Order: sequence, then C-alpha cells, then structure tokens
Amino acid sequence: MSQTRNVGDVILNVENVSLAFGGVKAITEVSFDVREHEIRAIIGPNGAGKSSMLNVINGVYHPQQGSITFKGLTRSDVDSHEAAKQGIARTFQNIALFKGMTVLDNIMTGRNLKMRCNFLQQALWIGPARREEMEHRRQVEEVIDFLEIQHIRKTPVGRLPYGLQKRVELARALAAEPEMLLLDEPMAGMNVEEKQDMCRFVLDVNDHFGTTIVLIEHDMGVVMDISDRVVVLEYGRKIADGTPDEVRGNQKVIDAYLGVAH
Amino acid sequence: MSEDLSGLDTFPKLLAHHAQVRGARPAIREKDLGIWQTHTWGDVAREVRRIACGLAALGFRRGDHLAVIGDNRPRMYWAVCATQALGGIPVPMYQDAVATEMAYPIQNAEIGFAVVEDQEQVDKLLEILPQCPSLKRIFYDESRGMRHYTQEQLMEYEKLTALGDEYDKAHPDFYPAEVAKGSGADTAGMFFTSGTTSHPKGVVLTHAALIDRALAAAKMEGLDETDEVLAYLPPAWIGQNIFSYAQPFVTGYCICCPESSETVMSDMREIGPTYYFAPPRVLEAMLTQVSIRMEDASALKRGLYGYFMAVAGRVGGAILDGKPVGGFDRLMYALGDLVMYGPLRNVLGMSRVHVAYTAGEAIGPDLFRFYRSIGINLKQLYGSTETSVFVCIQPDGQVKADTVGPAVAGVELKFTPQRELLIRSPGLFKEYYKNPQATAEAKDAEGWFHTGDAGFVDPDGHLKIIDRVKDVGTLNDGTLFAPKYLENKLKFFPYIKEAVAFGQDRDKACAFINLDAEAVGNWAEKRNLSYSGYTDLASQDAVYDLIRECVEKVNADLALEPEIAGSQIHRFLILHKEMDADDGELTRTRKVRRGYIGEKYATLVAALYDGRSSVHVEAQVRYEDGRTGSISADLKICDAKTSSPQAAKRAA
Repeated sequence: MSQTRNVGDVILNVENVSLAFGGVKAITEVSFDVREHEIRAIIGPNGAGKSSMLNVINGVYHPQQGSITFKGLTRSDVDSHEAAKQGIARTFQNIALFKGMTVLDNIMTGRNLKMRCNFLQQALWIGPARREEMEHRRQVEEVIDFLEIQHIRKTPVGRLPYGLQKRVELARALAAEPEMLLLDEPMAGMNVEEKQDMCRFVLDVNDHFGTTIVLIEHDMGVVMDISDRVVVLEYGRKIADGTPDEVRGNQKVIDAYLGVAH
Repeated sequence: MSEDLSGLDTFPKLLAHHAQVRGARPAIREKDLGIWQTHTWGDVAREVRRIACGLAALGFRRGDHLAVIGDNRPRMYWAVCATQALGGIPVPMYQDAVATEMAYPIQNAEIGFAVVEDQEQVDKLLEILPQCPSLKRIFYDESRGMRHYTQEQLMEYEKLTALGDEYDKAHPDFYPAEVAKGSGADTAGMFFTSGTTSHPKGVVLTHAALIDRALAAAKMEGLDETDEVLAYLPPAWIGQNIFSYAQPFVTGYCICCPESSETVMSDMREIGPTYYFAPPRVLEAMLTQVSIRMEDASALKRGLYGYFMAVAGRVGGAILDGKPVGGFDRLMYALGDLVMYGPLRNVLGMSRVHVAYTAGEAIGPDLFRFYRSIGINLKQLYGSTETSVFVCIQPDGQVKADTVGPAVAGVELKFTPQRELLIRSPGLFKEYYKNPQATAEAKDAEGWFHTGDAGFVDPDGHLKIIDRVKDVGTLNDGTLFAPKYLENKLKFFPYIKEAVAFGQDRDKACAFINLDAEAVGNWAEKRNLSYSGYTDLASQDAVYDLIRECVEKVNADLALEPEIAGSQIHRFLILHKEMDADDGELTRTRKVRRGYIGEKYATLVAALYDGRSSVHVEAQVRYEDGRTGSISADLKICDAKTSSPQAAKRAA
C-alpha cells in the first residue's frame, strides 16, 4: 500500500466559489487548487471562511456560485455522502466521535461505505458478513497500528483525553482509505508534545499512504513546517496563495494577522 | 525436565535440538495487528539460519560484535541467536537509552553490525555514527518512516534474510558447520551494566555460564515446554535475557511479546503466563491500580474486599506454604478464593502463574504478602549480571519477606569481615570486556566474585542483603547509617515513590522525597485539593503533612531496632520534580544515584542541615526529545518528630 510521495497533477480544483448564508457572505469568489499527494493548508483569522471552505469541498454546504472539480469530475453541487464515496474523508473542529463506543468501534464506522453486506446479513453475522467484517477489522487494525493507539483499542472514546480523541478521529477518517483528507484544526487545544505527535502522524499519513491532505490550522509554526502550499483567506476572500515562504513575506497576510495602523 | 541436553553446549545447538524434538510447538508469540501470531521452534530455527547466513554474506566473522537494540520482538531475539551461531557476540542495549549513551558500548566493543527495531533506534545510531566509525551495517525490523533514508549503512531486515537465503543456497553446509564450531566456553553475550559510576562495563558471559544457571533454576522450579512467559522488560537487562532467551532455550517453553509497552497489562490477561517476573515497582503499580479502583467501587464490594483481604492476610500465606490452618479459616479462604482472590488474580493476568519472582530492589513486606496472600507464588531471588542472575532463590514453602532465600545448587557464598558478600558459581562472568583492572577487582584469583553488597546469612540459611558495602556508613556520632534501608522503608508507603537519604559524616539523617503522583493525586482529589501539576502538588502543606506522618512512622519503626535507631530522619523535603533517568538522577533500572543527586542538589542538601524552612531551587530537566529546560520552585523543608526507643516500644 505504500507509494512514493510525489506531488503530482491537480486533484481538486476550486473555481470561483461563493457561499452566502442569507445576507452574510461566508466565501466570495475563491479559487485555488490542490495537487495530488501534497499537504495544502488553509489559514486565516477567525471567521475568514476556512471551515466553510472545507464544508463546501466535502458537500456539506452548497455554494451559490462556482464549481468544484475533484479527480476530473466537475460539480457545482454534491452531497456529502457522494463526496465520501469519491474518496474524501475529514475530521472535525469539535470532535465528532461516538462517545459511548469503543475506539475500535468508532474506527470501524469509518469502513461503513466499504461494507457490501446488507443489514440483515450483518445483523445475523452469517457467512459473507462475517468474512467481510474480518477483512474490515484487519484494515482497521492497520490504522490502529499506524497511529499507535493499540493500548486504547477497547476504551470508550468518552474516557480518553482530548489529544487521543483527535487521534481516534484521524484514525476513523483514515479507515475510509481516502484519497483526500480534510483536517479541521487537527492540533487545536493540544500541548506542544501532542502537537508534535500529530504533526508526525499527518506527515506519515501523507508519506506512507500518499494521501492528499487539506488542513486548517491556527498554529503558524505547524503550518509553515509541514505544508507544501498555503491559501490565506480573510473575510471570505483569498488574499494570498503560495509556498509557506511566499505567504510569510506577503504584506497582505501580515496586515491580516497583525492589523494595520489607521 | 528429564530431557537429555548433554553435548548441547551452546544456544544455537539447543535451538537445533528443539526444532527437531518439538518443531511444531510454539516458541515465541507476538501480538501483531491485534492478533497473537505464533512462531514454532521449527520457524525460529529457519529464521535464525536465514539471518545468520545473511550476516555471513555481508562479512560478519567469528568474534565480531553485533548490537541488538529494540523492544521485545521475535526478530530481535532471533538476531541474538544468529549472531551466536556464527560465533559472534550479541550486545543487547537498552532501547530507551539516549544516543550519547549508546556511543560508548559501540566504541568499546568496536561493534560493526547492529540489528535495531525501528526508525527511532536508527535515528539514534545515525546521530552517533561520526563517533563510531566501526559501525558498518544497521539492519532495521520496522520499515515505517524509513523510505527516505538513503544512508549506505542501512538495510531492511527482509533484505538481510533474502541475502541469507541466497548465501544458504550457495553454501548449504555453511550454517551447520558454523554451529558445530561453537563450544560452551565461547562468549554468548555481553551485557553493559548500568554505570552508577563512570563508564558502563561490558560483562562477558559464556554459553556454559548462562546455560548452567538457566538449567539449575528451571530444574528447581520444574519448568517445562508447557510454560509461558510474557517478555515485557528491556531485553538488554540480563534478567529478561534469562527468562525470555536462556530458559526457553533449555526448557522449550514459549515466550510472548506484547503489542506495545502500553498494552502489557491487557496482553498479560490474554496470555495468562505461568512463569512471571516483576520488579517490585511493577508489582506496586499493579497493587496501586487495584487499590484505586477498589476505592471507587460500591460499598458492598469495598466491604467484601476488606473482609476477604483480612482473611487472606491472616491465613493466605500459610495456606500457600502448606502450613496448618484451622478449618473455619480454610473454609473462609476457599469462599474468598471464589468471590475475590480468583477474580483478582484473573484481572492481574496471574490466574495461571505457578512461579513468580521479584528482585532488583527490596520489596515492601506488605506488598510481598499481598500477592502471596491471594495465592500467587511470589518469591524473591538474588543475582546480578555478573552471576547470570541465579544466586539465591526462595524455595516453595520457605518464603520470607526480608530475605532472598538460600543459595541455588552450585553456588557457594562467603563474607568478608566488612560483611561483603562473595560468590563462587558456575554462572560467573568471564571478565569485564577490555577492562582487566576492573575484572581483577571484582573477581579474585580463587574465582570469588565480590558483589559489593553487604549482608549475612540468617539461621535458616537464607541470605539477607542490607545495602551496598560502600554505602553503609556512619553518622558523626558513630551510629550505623544504611541509606538504602531507610529509603526502602520510606518507599513502602504508597504515597512515596522514591526517597534519597543523606547522613554520611553528618550529625543526623535527612531525606529527599519524591511523591507517587498517581497515589497522592488521587488522595488530593478525594479531599478536593486542587493542583496544577506535580510541582504544585509537591508544595502543598496538606501533602507535606501527609508525608510527615509517613516519615514519623518510619522513625517509630527505626526506634525499635537498636543498631540503627540513631539514624532516624530529622528533616525532609519533597522534591519539585520527579526524578528521572533522562536527568541522570536514576539509573536505567530506576535505582537512585545518591551521590549524583547530592551534588546536583547540593544547595538543597545544605538547606536540610542549616535549619532553614524553605529554599529556592532551579533545576535543569531533559525532555524526552532531548531538549533541555528548567524548573524553578521554592521548596519547603519540614521537621519530623523522632521517637525514643522507649516511646516506640510503648506505642507498639
């Protein structure tokens, strides 16, 4: 399953997207692209439209204008389960796991779309359903091994500390074997050590599985260290796009973050 | 144990024997992707041959050294055997050592080859590569994260065995011939002892020594091929090597490698080992877990637990020792076994344990009795790297909390006038590598090994160790001062994790205390004491009161022993940070380095003796990634009441 990481062609193209909620313009005419196997960061001050952008990409929000092209398939409107079928998985800013279920069961839900057996077969756990579950379990165990969470396999998620819950959420997204992974603030609320671990896992995922990663993050150190290219949004508009170094030196970005003297 | 092993004087020969006699029986298990994978003795023999041939193809010669660095993994153990098969010398190293600590052994033994577990170990070796020009090849087991490494020294394990297959095909007689060349007098391994002073020393042990001791203990305990062991302690430690390499190779039992160091407890429940070793700190951690969970249990369960543990405390040990016990107590114990001890053993993963050992540090009498009272045959043993572990073992039915048992078959003991213990045994080490001076100091012309431990043999023939000879000293007024004895007494309280006693050439004894963060944290939580972290917890007045009670109890205890009543602890302080091997305060086997601590915290020691009630301290700490930072705090110093012998007697 390992492939050599090699940033390739454009896999996702966001073109001229605008999104409004009533009179509030969340995103205004934003265009950018994501290349295969790259780590692409979206940054910006609070309320810049970053999470909305992710929600547009995986079909939770439907933009009023513009189009999204994923793997050559252009759409203006898509449902989130279709996006998932096409190979987009995500994690959430506020952890969205099933608190009462074990880590293992939570990650198994990530395999949901890959299950072929019908409800009755699964309920009775007969023949094919059983074989299928074993295969899914094997895949899930690979992910558990990869993210080093063997010791909490059977622990209910609600009892875990925040940093580990974030890791479990990443595991669930990975279990879907996505081509593109959307991470909404994967390091928010973590301490330095947890952040370092998470960075390593993000880089490892990108490196080992060749997964394209789009992430939103506030920690500039993290963003500048691990991403290949960065998009900067402010008030729903794109103000910069380029490598971390280019973005760092961009006057508009500096103004957006530090404010301008009036 | 009636098997005839004569003529099988090396581990590779023993392996060939097991592959023939019990080729289909399990030799080693590893939990991989959540499932226990079993390798039979036949599999092991084949894999060892592949590795050996691969090493030979890459230029490994008889007498070469090979470093083995990693956790308990089947391939790590196979690499050890493959090295021995080629007449080479495996050098296991602690997997949690920092890179700089690895440089010395590699330079000292001019190690050319290393088999390591994963990227972490590879990174460490690459870091010290410039200082270690001898290191030519590094083989890694786990290829995760290794794709972008291009160093010519690196090679994947699979590549090594593939080379081995080719070489074996071209030279089919090579492997058996190499194995046949080996003899019992050859070196089987080199173990670096944790250096409490200066550089670590490489202890050279022969096949004959290791096999002899492994067999002697296995015979004594009746171990056979049906036994199972969980391999969870560092493989570089001689004990782990004995329990998960030497003994399985003489008896044919199976060892099990846990999934990761965090899953040991649950893996142990799944495996249910029959033969178990744990240092006191592990046993203590397990008991703390049980106690904490019992405190949170319902009133009914707490009541049952309290009642049946009292029954067990009264008669459990005697029943295990086969001593006479009254009918009613027997009945209550049987009932307790049904509702309490059995389930408890099961939770601890000890349902099937028939022999369990503890060693390394003195064990608290309460802790020791707890395990025995619930029906676990926990015994103490005495030994060291230099003696291939087994010197003394407590035989079944003759177990005491404060001795380490009589000498094992083949061992002779005697004492110098300074009470230093001398040992002569077939299991003694050959020499310290490239260190004839240290060898001569430790092993005299008649073959007696000077242990450096002070002790005596009690009337029942059991050895009792008090302290290190060099640490047993006197206070200014001439009172005997045995720091470790004091520290151990303090550590037997659940709230105290480590203690360091000072008093040599001073007027009175004083101590540093390290809290057990979990136990004290729980205690604080129950009392609604809020705290932000260890440093904060350690500075609370309530915590000081708690610890003062412990210290005063120790003092009352000491007052009863006339020789050392004078070394009661007058003042103490609670350190602001947990002592850690990374900061040099503990050895890798977690023993306190008293001298180093005394120098590092000289201002604190001075404050203990000059009567101040608080002192400011700033200390360097090393994080696990190698960076350093500093912690500063104001430490309180607390006086403790001492007891007079008469008062203590009245109280008792």
